[in-house]
Amino acid sequence: MQIAMTVNGEQVTRDAEPRVLLVHFIREVLGLTGTHTGCDTSNCGVCVVLMDGKPVKSCTVLAAMAAGHDVRTVEGLAKNGTLDPVQQGFMEEHGLQCGFCTPGMMLTARALLDSNPHPDDHQIREAISGQICRCTGYATIVRSVHWAANHAAEEVPG
Amino acid sequence: MQIPAAFDYARADSVEHALELLEQHGPESRLIAGGHSLLPMMKLRLARPEWLVDINDLHELDFISEDAEVLRIGALTRHATLLESDVIARLFAIITDAEHVIADPVVRNRGTIGGSLCQADPAEDLSTVCHVLSAEVVIRGRSGERTLSMADLHRGPYETAVAQDEILTEIRLPVRPRFGSAYEKVERRVGDWAIVAAGAAVSLAGDGSIEQARVGLTAVGLDSGTVTRAEEALRGGRPSEELFVEAARLAGEDCSPDSDQRGPVDYKRHLADELTRRVLRRACRRAAEQGAEQTCRLP
Ligand SMILES: Cc1cc2nc3c(=O)[nH]c(=O)nc-3n(C[C@H](O)[C@H](O)[C@H](O)COP(=O)(O)OP(=O)(O)OC[C@H]3O[C@@H](n4cnc5c(N)ncnc54)[C@H](O)[C@@H]3O)c2cc1C
Ligand code: FES
Ligand code: FES
Repeated sequence: MQIAMTVNGEQVTRDAEPRVLLVHFIREVLGLTGTHTGCDTSNCGVCVVLMDGKPVKSCTVLAAMAAGHDVRTVEGLAKNGTLDPVQQGFMEEHGLQCGFCTPGMMLTARALLDSNPHPDDHQIREAISGQICRCTGYATIVRSVHWAANHAAEEVPG
Repeated sequence: MQIPAAFDYARADSVEHALELLEQHGPESRLIAGGHSLLPMMKLRLARPEWLVDINDLHELDFISEDAEVLRIGALTRHATLLESDVIARLFAIITDAEHVIADPVVRNRGTIGGSLCQADPAEDLSTVCHVLSAEVVIRGRSGERTLSMADLHRGPYETAVAQDEILTEIRLPVRPRFGSAYEKVERRVGDWAIVAAGAAVSLAGDGSIEQARVGLTAVGLDSGTVTRAEEALRGGRPSEELFVEAARLAGEDCSPDSDQRGPVDYKRHLADELTRRVLRRACRRAAEQGAEQTCRLP
């Protein structure tokens, strides 16, 4: 079937079987391998992308179900060569080690900051509680999100 | 890599359209809402529909609407929406309590109340919640609509009264004065299904005694949805620690948990007892607070 959606602001239309999961559509059909795949069972959260601005586990959404929706992946975080404050924050505060969980963590952080620009520790931990990091122990991830909150990008019109 | 077996996909744009699609594609067609129970089952071949009818565009089923005697919740209302709802927090705090501990925030962005009730997993938190709240569900088919109690909806684990060509459209919760409710769950780690959870709802009479009480337990093999003996013990009594302890003891006795990777039977019974006490305390306190507020609002 033809599947059309917006990915990182660009309209894409591709042919794919209805059973193709959004994560595989993104990685294999579109070639955007920044979105990772881990547990396959909706538990680890490395496959998180934003759908209409909300984090979803893309291993548990059909590409067909995402048709017509606005999808954002880690490749869509930086704008015009400038890193999103969340990405910068993960660099500044060592929010990653191996990087496997990082794309999902950063997208959830972006969605959190969009709805709550100054979250406290608890709100950050709650937001990422569906995502597993085997490296950092989460403390540096929480600090990275605070860094981003304290360095919010100036709104650039357009 | 887990991928579902091949199927065909259709997207419904209204309830009528969904019903038409189910009829047209026959017994092997199935609705998909949030997909957070169905897709994992399809990946494991525990479910193998030939057609999926996607109801995510049915915004007509995504609502929370309050009138004097009943709160209506559309079947497609997501967990996240229930968690954030002020009306729900005010009228049915048990739902807010439960939503805090159902899965994780990302799963809650997709999973729906209708999907939860139709999945009828014995560990589904919202099933217990709806039993405790004496919910009614509205089911629509091509030939019309019917309303069922939770006891009639749930026929057993993973089995409901919703026929293949029907759709659950809304959940109705009766609104009562001097009413309080609460839910508490023990899980192995954040986001996991319950080892055991308990829910309670009470309404108080004008003199402060318990007029009606419902006590429900999750994941401990309770066929009837609620614990009858505990409820009977509470009815007519004055809220007190002794009464809660007695009702909770009965709840612990009357459930029939299995020993599994989440814990042995005696531990689960202990949890059923302890959690019942806690939710009864909280539900009664909330009922008293709500009663006090209502009295203050009188001229
Ligand atoms: C990692 C993870 C952890 C979870 N943890 C918990 C937890 O702790 N507690 C808990 O209670 N739940 C938990 N869940 C389940 C979650 O709440 C699901 O979202 C829910 O069980 C199903 O809702 P859904 O909308 O995704 O349903 P779907 O998966 O879309 O559908 C489930 C079933 O219901 C049918 N159906 C759906 N909507 C309707 C309708 N309107 N009318 C008729 N039939 C319908 C479908 O055909 C299917 O058979 C968890 C899920 C995951 C993935
Ligand atoms: S791969 Fe999607 S949650 Fe683990
Ligand atoms: S940085 Fe390695 S899993 Fe998070």
